Amino acid sequence: MSEEKPGVNMVENVKELLKAHAGLKHEVYLDNENSSIVPGEVVEAMLPYYNQRAYGNPTLTHKPGWEAFEVIMESAQRIAGFLGCKTLEEVNFTPGETEANNLALMGTALSMKDKGKKIVISEVEPINVLNVTEMLQKSGYVTTKIPVDNEGFINLERLKAAVDKETVIVSLSTVNHEIGTIQPIKEALKIVKDQNPQTVFHTDASDAYGKIPFNVQDLGVDLATVSSYKILGPRGIGALYVKERVNIEKILEGQIGTQRLWPGVENTPLIVGFTRASELTFQNFEQNTSHLRKLRDKLVDGIVETVPDILLNGPKGDRRAPDNANISFLRCEGEALTIELSLKGVYVSSGSACSRRLLQPSHVLVAIGRKFDEAHGSILMKVASYHTEEDISYALEVIPRAVERIRGITGSTGAE
Amino acid sequence: MNVSRAPLPYNPKILELFRNPKNLGKMEDATVTAVAGNPLCGDMITFYLKINDQDVIEKASFESYGCAANIATSSIVTEMIRGMKLEEAWNISYKSVAEAVGGLPSIKFHCGILAVGALKRAIRKYYTRKGAPPSWLSAEPSFEEKQALEEEELAKALSRRMKLEEGK
Repeated sequence: MSEEKPGVNMVENVKELLKAHAGLKHEVYLDNENSSIVPGEVVEAMLPYYNQRAYGNPTLTHKPGWEAFEVIMESAQRIAGFLGCKTLEEVNFTPGETEANNLALMGTALSMKDKGKKIVISEVEPINVLNVTEMLQKSGYVTTKIPVDNEGFINLERLKAAVDKETVIVSLSTVNHEIGTIQPIKEALKIVKDQNPQTVFHTDASDAYGKIPFNVQDLGVDLATVSSYKILGPRGIGALYVKERVNIEKILEGQIGTQRLWPGVENTPLIVGFTRASELTFQNFEQNTSHLRKLRDKLVDGIVETVPDILLNGPKGDRRAPDNANISFLRCEGEALTIELSLKGVYVSSGSACSRRLLQPSHVLVAIGRKFDEAHGSILMKVASYHTEEDISYALEVIPRAVERIRGITGSTGAE
Repeated sequence: MNVSRAPLPYNPKILELFRNPKNLGKMEDATVTAVAGNPLCGDMITFYLKINDQDVIEKASFESYGCAANIATSSIVTEMIRGMKLEEAWNISYKSVAEAVGGLPSIKFHCGILAVGALKRAIRKYYTRKGAPPSWLSAEPSFEEKQALEEEELAKALSRRMKLEEGK
């Protein structure tokens, strides 16, 4: 039978796919939503911590252990500073955004189990929030999803109506991961606390940290997730800010070291990399973000000028994160387009992956009112500080041709 | 919701057909045209067949709104059926199409089914129009025709449901 099982064939196929990319003269990685390139400066900062210093377990009483303790605490202090925390104890390192969001929701549900069973999120939260709430529903929790408008902004009146005395947690991203919408978190938080001061307010700030001004104390949130790779740090590390006196329980059991909410031996090199990436991001914050905005605008404007029949997804201007571009190419299937672009050295992700019998359109795009076929042809791109004008020019050379070729295959199919 | 995002390791044959599809494009003098899937599924194929009075497929072409597997399976079907009698073409199954492209990732099986579904719809349409269905053409829809219909209905239902949820 011709079904391909995971294993040798798949790896052989991937080797062939990679060969098809040989001889690319230019490569532009625009899929920073899903993973990122780690700059050499960050990697260099990490390397000594594997085998030259601080390689010990930070809870143990010897020099390499104390060195590890010192650098982890200093890293937490640096990140606490960038986040605007009161104390470094408010920074809890986790292995990433997924783990931090799981910890925020499940940890709050555990600590507040006698207070109520209601959870409020929005329709456009990341999968790692949506799935956790689905899991909690099996334990009797009820989740209300707040709708958004056609730019992805949450409906604050609906939020007010959804929160009551039994609401234990509200989780709303500061910046939407797919369409860059900057939510009115301060207003949302006021509404939630007016309804129920005991409700824990969590925000996934992974796409806000380092991209827009973001300060946990200014906002007044109880919990906030940040992720290393979204600011070009290494994968596998993130943090959950837990405001002083907010009580959440850990969700994994094991030896607790310096991180009271996450057991196991701390990954010192990754913590150092996350911290170095944060320093690079924040030392020239204004310059960095205006660079992102300039390149993103060049990318989007260039596509608007050269490619007909497109839809821009998400808000414009200051209400959108500076790095995010999300465009629906009509009559152009998303997965086919990502492969075509890859073969030309431009790496992006599509709003949906053709799987099983039905293409699952992006829930974010459906929530802002995009039709299925509009969502299927969507491409998400995030520019990063390492991109140059030449990179964007190359992408703009490649994208219109790729869209044209895929549309050529579509032909009149689907035309009413 | 919990959809795996395995890297879709298409084999070299599929990649080749994706890059250089055969028999691509609308056929102006087609005897019969048939469609399977719809844009809501993210998967849609149009087949154009030129059939002579001996019921032989003289040429076939396709257009596809779909992924690489969709494009490759549609392309290979147009190659497979060229010169075939309609009865012979009717006996093509999605399994033989999957084999002809060197295997499909399991989550892409439906692409092969949809391609064969479109082909069988075209054959049925041809005889329905002619008014004299041959004995080998069962009145019951074939597996691939049923699957294509099911996929289309599922997409419409899901789209309706999501719209309803939105307007809540």
